[in-house]
Amino acid sequence: MKAKIRKIVTFLEETRREMERDVSPPVRRAAAVAVIANPCAGRFVEDLSELIDIGEELGALLSERAVAALGIPGERVESYGKAAAVGENGELEHAAALLHPKLGAPVRKALGKGAALIPSSKKRGGPGVALDIPLGHKDAAFVRSHFDGMEVRVSDAPRADEIVVAVAVTDSGRPFPRVGGLTKDQIKGEDGLR
Amino acid sequence: MAEPVIRKTLISVEEIFHEGGPVAARPLHRGVALAVIRNPFAGRYEPEIQSFMEDLKPLGLKMAKDLIRVLGGDPKRIESYGKGAIVGAAGELEHGALWHVPGGYAMREALGGSKAIVSSTKKVGGPGTRLDVPVTHINASYVRSHFDAVEVGLADAPRADEMVLGLVMTTGPRIHARVGGLKASEIKGEDGLR
Repeated sequence: MKAKIRKIVTFLEETRREMERDVSPPVRRAAAVAVIANPCAGRFVEDLSELIDIGEELGALLSERAVAALGIPGERVESYGKAAAVGENGELEHAAALLHPKLGAPVRKALGKGAALIPSSKKRGGPGVALDIPLGHKDAAFVRSHFDGMEVRVSDAPRADEIVVAVAVTDSGRPFPRVGGLTKDQIKGEDGLR
Repeated sequence: MAEPVIRKTLISVEEIFHEGGPVAARPLHRGVALAVIRNPFAGRYEPEIQSFMEDLKPLGLKMAKDLIRVLGGDPKRIESYGKGAIVGAAGELEHGALWHVPGGYAMREALGGSKAIVSSTKKVGGPGTRLDVPVTHINASYVRSHFDAVEVGLADAPRADEMVLGLVMTTGPRIHARVGGLKASEIKGEDGLR
């Protein structure tokens, strides 16, 4: 493995009630987060292919871990998202190299499908910085009930020469969606949008 | 008093391979179980609150068993533990103290008996409050390699009339423990201290 991983953290959140109403079945969201060494920290590196390859590895590892935490087959995952936080000696572009070129394919493989764009966010920050991972339906980005976000953080990361990379998956949308828009039973699933 | 009303749960597992030193032969796992419950005493001074401790025991036991499961399933792998509570702003620090008995009981029960006191902390706070839960060896509080802490919290809890209850378990010492003191191999196991 090219990635030098210091730690991996998984999170499983289950929401059972909202405003005194039962959420039935509960909404479940999982995230897997890796803390890796940034091979490009501290200097300007033109060619970011090492980070791009690490992104591919992490796409497979983190989606496998997140789906396992959720405890359902990958095919039943409804929405997903990804995020990265670069330590202070790194560049925002390092997060882009990890997240965008190659991370998505192994994630989609783990989920069976995934026609929609994987929503993402990135930032630079210090240890304990919060990552708000945007979430969207995996087959149709316009499904309004599944626009969401999940906050994760690792208290001791990223150190200056590290990057925190996260993949999140869910088994449903928001607890009580009622702002209209495209619903999941209306998905055509052809273009990844609707 | 009735059974606790749970809004949300979080389970997270951290797998630590190194912290700048040699990669450990066996990674350290640290698990966290949190439950967000309604504080039945929020918004008023209630003189008699002790009966709620009994009501919290089944929840505690469920959380302890969940933790053992996500840490590999074998209670014998668990080497240290801790507990904590965050009380929402309409509650009282004393409400967090209700967690001492059921939280401790739950972990001892699930681990098949452990001798050391369960280290703990608590505070009053708003949504997103972080709590550093102290962690010590399950059979001898003075084992220096196992003095640790795990930061826990949830972005959207506790609301004012809620409490976050937490349990923490780990599978070993700090990843590069080397500051001497009593070792786990030297535990007498008579008084829970040494």
